[in-house]
Amino acid sequence: MTYKRGVDQLPIPPADARVQNVTCDFCIVGCGYKAYSWDLNRQGGMAPGENAFGIDLAEQQWAESEAWYQPSMYNIVMQDGRPVHLVVKPDTDCVVNQGLNSVRGGRIAETRYSEQTGTMTDRLTHPQVWRYSQHMPTSWDDALSLVADVTRRVIEEWGEDGVIVSAFDHGGAAGGYENTWGTGKLYFDAMKIRNIRIHNRPAYNSEVHATRDMGMGELNNCYEDAELADTIFCVGANPLENQTNYFLAHWVPNLRGTSLGKKEEQLPGEPHAPAKVIFVDPRRTVSVNVCEIEAGAENVLHLAIKPGTDLVLLNALMTEIVDKGWHAADFIAAHTSGFDEALAANRTSIEDAAGITGLDPEDIRKAARWIAEPKEGGALRRTMMAYEKGLIWGNDNYRTNAAIANLCFATHSVGRPGTGCVRLGGHQEGYVRPPDGHVGRPAAYVDQLLINGEGGVHHVWATDHFKSTLNAEEFRRVYRRRTNIVKEAMEAIPYGDREAQVEAIVNAIRRGGLFAVDVDILPTPIGDCCHVVLPAATAGEMNLTSMNGERRLRLTEKYMDAPGAALPDCIIAARLANHLEASFRAAGNDAYADQFKGFDWQTEEDAFMDGYHQHAGGGEHVTYDRLRAMGTNGVQEPCAGVEDGKLVSTQRLYTDGVFGTDDGKAHFMASEWRGLQAKGRAEQREKYPFLINNGRKNMIWQNAFYDVRTPFVRERFPVPPIEMSPDDMADLGLEAGDLVEVWNDVGSTQAMVYPIATARRGECFMLFSSPLGQVGNVISEHTNELMIPNYKNVWANIRRIGRAPQADGISFKTPEYPADA
Amino acid sequence: MSKCDRLVDLGRRQFLRGSAAAGVGAAATVVATPKRAEARARVEYPSNRLANVADLAVDEPLDISYPDDDSPGVLIKLGKAVPGGAGPDGDIVAYSVMCPHKGYFLNYHAADRTLNCPGHYSRFDVELEGQQIFGMSNQSLPMFELRVDASGDIFAEGVDELIYGRTNNVLGG
Ligand code: SF4
Ligand code: FES
Repeated sequence: MTYKRGVDQLPIPPADARVQNVTCDFCIVGCGYKAYSWDLNRQGGMAPGENAFGIDLAEQQWAESEAWYQPSMYNIVMQDGRPVHLVVKPDTDCVVNQGLNSVRGGRIAETRYSEQTGTMTDRLTHPQVWRYSQHMPTSWDDALSLVADVTRRVIEEWGEDGVIVSAFDHGGAAGGYENTWGTGKLYFDAMKIRNIRIHNRPAYNSEVHATRDMGMGELNNCYEDAELADTIFCVGANPLENQTNYFLAHWVPNLRGTSLGKKEEQLPGEPHAPAKVIFVDPRRTVSVNVCEIEAGAENVLHLAIKPGTDLVLLNALMTEIVDKGWHAADFIAAHTSGFDEALAANRTSIEDAAGITGLDPEDIRKAARWIAEPKEGGALRRTMMAYEKGLIWGNDNYRTNAAIANLCFATHSVGRPGTGCVRLGGHQEGYVRPPDGHVGRPAAYVDQLLINGEGGVHHVWATDHFKSTLNAEEFRRVYRRRTNIVKEAMEAIPYGDREAQVEAIVNAIRRGGLFAVDVDILPTPIGDCCHVVLPAATAGEMNLTSMNGERRLRLTEKYMDAPGAALPDCIIAARLANHLEASFRAAGNDAYADQFKGFDWQTEEDAFMDGYHQHAGGGEHVTYDRLRAMGTNGVQEPCAGVEDGKLVSTQRLYTDGVFGTDDGKAHFMASEWRGLQAKGRAEQREKYPFLINNGRKNMIWQNAFYDVRTPFVRERFPVPPIEMSPDDMADLGLEAGDLVEVWNDVGSTQAMVYPIATARRGECFMLFSSPLGQVGNVISEHTNELMIPNYKNVWANIRRIGRAPQADGISFKTPEYPADA
Repeated sequence: MSKCDRLVDLGRRQFLRGSAAAGVGAAATVVATPKRAEARARVEYPSNRLANVADLAVDEPLDISYPDDDSPGVLIKLGKAVPGGAGPDGDIVAYSVMCPHKGYFLNYHAADRTLNCPGHYSRFDVELEGQQIFGMSNQSLPMFELRVDASGDIFAEGVDELIYGRTNNVLGG
């Protein structure tokens, strides 16, 4: 049955409704929104003078109306202790999204905490500790002093390596500059924690090490470049579903040819045409489909490579481009080093590449032409190179990342309008932390440490290994066992006897136990295991700054109260630091206690001024007041100064040809093909019939933490879907909506069959990170030499379990837009 | 189905989903005691004659509008019974054709019985109460509730989601 809200009218914001700046909580695009709030006892009117939009709401609004908001954009929330109406709707004045919302961003309001309307009422509202055999609400002081006492004892006995940390490093909700600074200052400045990992991978490492090592940051262009490019070369990415409004507002105009005027105006003196697009992806995605609809199939080249062979293709493209003489020789000579060596090492013929990738040699040649053949009159083509998890979380991460950067340098596809060599991004970014050099390289493989029984205390910040790690089954099994040892020890001693409690906990740790602390906004599976659970505030409940995929920094203003006693993560970090200081001082260790000075922040703005303002490039110009004045358009980092009271943007990086290396040159890098790099995967491919490729879906944000609580989404995907070829389904006797088990030598998980006519036989695609079927269960623990997992190239078998719940009310029609519609 | 039954039905669906608090009363009006959700009365719908069963042929959509001339919709006979289908064969459905994302007009694709949006590629299944198959909207397609009388006249009498471009399904209501 299709979910219907049964809502057919909405309250109207009055003309004097409070209006605040919001950046979408969710994906990297960071779309601009406005929050309208007004007193619960008031209503705006239909007449133009009576509502916040200044239009006659008694008349039908037509397409792209600035005024329409749908029920998911409405809620009732608390603001300064009083209930208010809230509408959060996309901002037409934001240059990023130009009034568009995606299906994810369109439910910001609906995913707020509301005791009035019942949304997200299971948000964590108060600190909880494990006592009397369950999680019991308690005060901040009680919870934090326990964490501090246990953490101190662990440090005293095992040193700082006994403290294991899992923490977000991103922007947007559950991240942002304030909170990465708060946690960073605690773990990298007050302490020097080495055993730390990031929210979506088992170590503390860059996903794009290679491009950084070669001198190029991974977010180096601006969204307008997608409107100016001659060719967009897109590797392992699916922007319609994952960077939705970037694709809709900036790629589509170039595909349709409606950005031609902009091209001619900004880039005179060279020929222009609508964009051509190349996709490298084993799977045909809706992005390919829509590009064909908009640009015509003749302008779209889908290189459906054999999974994991991107590197070979990239090396072959570079070889072909240089052999044809299409490379940017002047740029290479003036601004790069290592070209000849890298070219020699990576030399790959088209025929060899075709053999390994399974592609038609002519298609590889065509791709090389589209990427680099000079335009009529000799001008360099402008090619934007975009990649994401297909490359980042695919085979041989470091070398493949290097290979695309090589191709970029060879064609001077960075620092010029219409170019860029960029990751498309998942979350927004918001990283400012003290130096992390002590973590080392390669960084510690934290999940493996935990499995091996190491560490005494685990601090978990908005991370859930249970849903999102690899080798997840074993991780969960061990984690439950270790944390249970501590739970049982705690239960044996009255909670009020703190000294005896801590002693019992430390003894349990000596026996292999683990004391765990979870900071999050909602209950999570890993949080279930923890002994202390701390409630965090999210965006909108605190002021929060982040940047998007074109380094656009904005301030999301606080427009509602956090639930209960929840606090911003940065303030939780500060209060934990205060308690650690007190605990060490009480234990007589003044020297260590003194390390926790500098955490007297009272507000997130204090954390911002301590962190971003003092430590980010250009941060000295940026304050909350100045950001507020910049609205939803903000400023592109690094901020270059202040003019007429306005923050000045840096639109693109490397426009001067100076790169982030010691000599300022971009460094080419040898990146030879070495097959499926992660141990055991090549054998797994032989042994199991189905590739279990995996990634996001349009409708679902991240690990579905809100979505499992949102009927509109939950009704559509009650279980994570697995897309399969109908022929494979027939072989296995499967129907659309069947619940299947996916299993291999690593573990097993479940999914709901969704037929996709264009799926290749033997190649499935499953939603990743779902709480109701973790693909991580079937992904082996092996990583590359820098501890980056290969989440994508996994093979398994599939068998039927039964029907998925609610499957009979779900439409299994193709997501593809029909070419003849 | 009367409006009252309809509300009961929506309430039941909520109950089955186990999120009793979040549904019917979620939006709308002044809430007297802020700690409690209250059901909101839905707007009063006109009963408008759209066509006669005899006017319809399978897969030939008929342009209609409901609840007023500014709200274009489509009436389709599918030739097989579907959830929410009206008429003797349970196969007649009616939907708004303004996309509940940004209001572009949807196109009917008979080959797979979907309504498709040229704006940003949202797709809605007309055989399944307008379920959004893929897309940008946070609601499925508003479906017009139909009644067919003994003479075969088809009346629209309600709408199950907010129609694009309105704060109230019945303008000025
Ligand atoms: S595209 Fe991303 S940032 Fe924009 S509204 Fe959607 S989820 Fe939010
Ligand atoms: S208007 Fe229909 S998808 Fe945007």
